[in-house]
Amino acid sequence: MASRGARLLAWAERRLPSLTRLRPREPLPIVLHRRRIYILPTGFGLGLSILLVVMLVGALNYSNNAALGLTCLLGAAAVGSMLVAFRTLNGLVIGGLRSDTARAGEQVRVSLDVSGPRYARTAIRLDADAREQVFGVQPGTPSTVEFHLDAAHRGWLDLPRMRLHSRWPMGLFRVWSWLHPDGKVLVYPRIEAFGPPPLVPDGDADRGRPRAGDELASLRDYRPGDPRRQIAWKLSARHDGLLVKDLEQPAPQEDWRLDWDAIHGLDDETRISRLARWVDEAHEGGRRWSLRLPDGYFDIAQGDEHYHRCMTALALRP
Amino acid sequence: MTGFRPSLRKRVSTGLPLGRRAFDLLTLTMGFVVLVHALHLPWWLTAALAAVAGGRWWHRRHGGRKVAALIRLPLLALLLAAVILRYGTMFGREPGSAFAVGLLVLKLLETDEARDARVGVAFACFALMSALLFDQSLVASIFVSLGLLPALTTLCAVEDPDAEQRRWSMQWKPVLLALLASVPLSVFAFLFIPRLSSPLWGTPDSGQAATGLSPQLSPGGMLDLMTDDTPAMRVTFDGPPPPNSLRYFRAYVMQLFDGTAWTPGSHSTRRPPSDVQYAQRIGYHASIEPTHDRIVPMLDLPTTAPQDTTLRPDRTVQANRRIDDTVNFTAFAATRYRLEPTLDDGVRHDNLQLPMGVGPRARALAQSWAQRYGDDHAAIVRAALAMFHADFSYTLAPEPLDRDRIDDFLFQTKQGYCEHFASSFTFLMRAAGLPARVVTGYQGGYWNGGAHYLLVRRSDAHAWSEVWLEGQGWVRFDPTAAVRPERVELGAAAAAEASGGEGWLGPAWLRELRNRWDVVNQWWSRGVIGFDSLRQQGLLRPFGVDHADVTDLAVVLAVGCSLLVAIALGWAVFQRREGDALDAWMRRLERKLSRAGVVRRTGEGPKHFLARAARAMPAQRNALERLSELYLRSRYAHDEPPPESISEFGRAVRELTARRVVK
Repeated sequence: MASRGARLLAWAERRLPSLTRLRPREPLPIVLHRRRIYILPTGFGLGLSILLVVMLVGALNYSNNAALGLTCLLGAAAVGSMLVAFRTLNGLVIGGLRSDTARAGEQVRVSLDVSGPRYARTAIRLDADAREQVFGVQPGTPSTVEFHLDAAHRGWLDLPRMRLHSRWPMGLFRVWSWLHPDGKVLVYPRIEAFGPPPLVPDGDADRGRPRAGDELASLRDYRPGDPRRQIAWKLSARHDGLLVKDLEQPAPQEDWRLDWDAIHGLDDETRISRLARWVDEAHEGGRRWSLRLPDGYFDIAQGDEHYHRCMTALALRP
Repeated sequence: MTGFRPSLRKRVSTGLPLGRRAFDLLTLTMGFVVLVHALHLPWWLTAALAAVAGGRWWHRRHGGRKVAALIRLPLLALLLAAVILRYGTMFGREPGSAFAVGLLVLKLLETDEARDARVGVAFACFALMSALLFDQSLVASIFVSLGLLPALTTLCAVEDPDAEQRRWSMQWKPVLLALLASVPLSVFAFLFIPRLSSPLWGTPDSGQAATGLSPQLSPGGMLDLMTDDTPAMRVTFDGPPPPNSLRYFRAYVMQLFDGTAWTPGSHSTRRPPSDVQYAQRIGYHASIEPTHDRIVPMLDLPTTAPQDTTLRPDRTVQANRRIDDTVNFTAFAATRYRLEPTLDDGVRHDNLQLPMGVGPRARALAQSWAQRYGDDHAAIVRAALAMFHADFSYTLAPEPLDRDRIDDFLFQTKQGYCEHFASSFTFLMRAAGLPARVVTGYQGGYWNGGAHYLLVRRSDAHAWSEVWLEGQGWVRFDPTAAVRPERVELGAAAAAEASGGEGWLGPAWLRELRNRWDVVNQWWSRGVIGFDSLRQQGLLRPFGVDHADVTDLAVVLAVGCSLLVAIALGWAVFQRREGDALDAWMRRLERKLSRAGVVRRTGEGPKHFLARAARAMPAQRNALERLSELYLRSRYAHDEPPPESISEFGRAVRELTARRVVK
């Protein structure tokens, strides 16, 4: 039933775009204007209008002009609130999409900048992913609206269709506008929960290469075989023997050479999540790694940029 | 500071808890409603409701959330019982409004969510309106209208997530502006909403004590009235106003006396109005404040009954409907007249009746006059008036009278006010064999020179006598005037001052202020409250529609309201374009070119755009190149584009004729 409804909606959207008023994707920034802002009375607004009719009939019946005047004032204020409601959304600019990175299965935090020209707007609500955000916009400074999206799958996550709406000022009218920004959020692959460490091939060329640490740990007496550049010459001059700067030696870590083809007997998704786990572990552990994929090779490196490049490649694997 | 709020709320629109500021405002609204109704609610109910509202506010402020049904339901039952015990019924204006206000306050007890607050506010608006059914004076109307401010502000606070952080002064601002902006539309709607010519259901019951003239003249009965300074009616005259001594407004003619009180007696309504001969009459317009009574005081002798009223046999006028609102009418009065020159025998008999055993000394005195003057009836009247003039005094605080009020007054206390004089004078006349009767109504009034109308206050209530004289018909005699001529010449207030009283209406400056204030009230009651269907029909007269019917009014209402809303819509939709005059011309050029098929792309610079246009339209190539050059020079050669180059660019844009390119 739901799917039939969705199909009907999709068909209507395709054939009657002006009727469904649901927007096709459009690039950011989106400027809200009168042709895309819709307004209808809320339930409370309808209730109040019935009450106004009752008040009107009562005032007329008792030919009580003061009561009639009060009713007119309330009615006019209600009509005026319709226009104020419209102005709450009119001229808002939605742009500046930012997002955190997230892995599939987690939630990704997305933020949009909403700026409103010239005057402050109050009580704007953004419905995104079945949740509602309330915010206001001050002139000059854009407001940032954050919301979370469920990232189920790796790859590009399209922003959902969102609804910007408001019941300001009196809750009598609801103004809304559909947003369907053409923004994408990258979702990294799901990381395998358990699994073996990567196979470290023997005879790695890097093994045994002296690795200079950065930190001065202590001074000690010279032992034969110590490299000359580690001798603390100045300090040794005031001492009997030679002193050697003992530099901290981080535990030697092998570089990981991660290879798509080295994993056998697994389907593509599992391979991707295993590689993602290795990349993640390598990054966390401060290792250097390289990644070979069927359609690309990332040479040995480390650091955030390398990590993101590798994860992006994994995320975007077909 | 951005308005970003980190909270993520569930999208359940009804279940939103109500913020503290919104609840404060709601309590304020409810308090306002109770205050507005306080005048006609029993004081203990007002106090109890205020206590409930205050208690609930305190309770919620200190963290209390829901009030148990175990508390709410008994309170509801208590309210129901209180209303029924007090009024005996649930229906009608007074018990209805008392119950409504009570329910409204009890609603506070179960207000925890936004939805409850909205319902409460809507109901409060209704209760505010119902307060106007009791009193629609200017002050009351303004006061009640002020109640819309907290009510609508509550609605705003319900919507506003930042309400708690807002300063109070900022909280009012949007609603205040909205109310001010809605004044034109509401005035227009007020003017043109077609009025009902007759009510759909019953009119409000008076309930309250009638404060107008009473159809009974009894000891002290008029005193309340004579110290009541509220306006009773306002009169404008077609010509110059009659002198104070002729400003007698007859309301009741009383011919039955039972020893203590005068009453109109049983009217034989079949009798036609007594005939009257008069030489000339003056026209006037009167607007009568609501009296919840049917009697209409008319300037001395109405020649015909105004619209919607009936002329009674004694030439007093009764409205066909009770006067529950300000009533305006136009009438004609004869001030020099001969009323009922030939007296019907039955009437003569009625007007000679005296109660048994009352006023033996007065009877003896009158009979002595009758013997002395014989048929010279005028001399009898003169003798009585001379007696009053000689040794009677006017005071609003007379000594109390004994059981025989006529004798006691005439021979013992010899002080009193119009009621005593009129009553005993009429008694004397009857005892002397002259048909006589007591008339009550208003006398005098304050002539407001600036606004050209006569203000008659309730304190101008007066009683006098009419004596039937052969050949002259009923002649008015005012025995009070014999005692205290100022009473008639200057008015009640002056008379009270002249007689040594300190003036119960306050010092002169205060009276002056009140008279000024009355001009405003007069404007309100004539212009707003008295704006009835008749006046509404004349609204379109300047536009050539003499009697606008409902259809005309509805059309004007619809068209006018649409127009006003359209103007407001223009305000709402209008967005000032960014940029200066040069930009405006550039936009115009873009429109021209886009009509010709060259649309400027997003991010396309002016040079590139105009070059592309020139390629697309070879015929205008030179003009476009010049435009490009002009624009670039004006825009980039200076910090601010100089006015002359802007106008040059503008001229070039206007001269350009962009033709669609045929491909």
